[in-house]
Amino acid sequence: MSLFNTFQVAGSALTAQSLRLNAVASNLANADSIVSSDGKPYQAIQVVFSAVPMGNAAAQGVRVTQVVHDSSPGRRVYDPRSPAADEKGYVTMPNVNVVEEMTNMISASRSYQTNAEVMNTAKQLLLKTLALGQ
Amino acid sequence: MLNKLDRLFSFQQQALSLRAHRQQVLASNIANADTPNYLARDFDFAAALQQTVAGRRQDGVALTRTSPCHLPGMGDSPVRLAYRQPLQASADGNTVEMDVERGLFAENSFFYEAGTTFLTHQVKSMLAAVQP
Repeated sequence: MSLFNTFQVAGSALTAQSLRLNAVASNLANADSIVSSDGKPYQAIQVVFSAVPMGNAAAQGVRVTQVVHDSSPGRRVYDPRSPAADEKGYVTMPNVNVVEEMTNMISASRSYQTNAEVMNTAKQLLLKTLALGQ
Repeated sequence: MLNKLDRLFSFQQQALSLRAHRQQVLASNIANADTPNYLARDFDFAAALQQTVAGRRQDGVALTRTSPCHLPGMGDSPVRLAYRQPLQASADGNTVEMDVERGLFAENSFFYEAGTTFLTHQVKSMLAAVQP
């Protein structure tokens, strides 16, 4: 039944968007982490979405295929008193772009809401179908 | 008798299953609104319904069997999906326009509900006809 596929599709989108929201949260939380577990400044992470068929070819869900580290150079701040400063007094900060992460967060939460609404509509239609003939 | 009942309900039943199919296609578009290079898809409902009522499925794609051991394969989609022409193409190659998709999704769910209502009333009038 195709309406059940709608659940799968919207559910996969919910999972993907919540993963994206998680990535945003860790990027924002670590926007000032000059030392991460490997001793280098924190690198921003981004999720990669791709469409995957679900149930049949017409139903395309979303899946996070990989989580990539942003390889762009971090911004350099002059702070000679910091223990992480190099010989010229510069500290390499994480390459997290806070503005970008905020827009990412808004986009992810809106998409999450929309897909939750899609699921709700599908549920209502299925309930109507169950009540057919009564 | 059952044959006649079947014929009475079959139109609404086919319309409903096409609506359900379209609901799933539109849900896929909404789900992939942030997927790069995803192309939004849809089908012409009126044409698909006419084809279905006329007893022709639009897919017409069947696997060639070169050995009797091969399983017969048919496209499981009852309709031929087309790609939507975007009004404003986005930079990442995604052609989903949320306002269009949301509008069509709401319209489609409305018509699905209308279909269930029609079917319910048909059932009720048949029940009234068979009351002693």
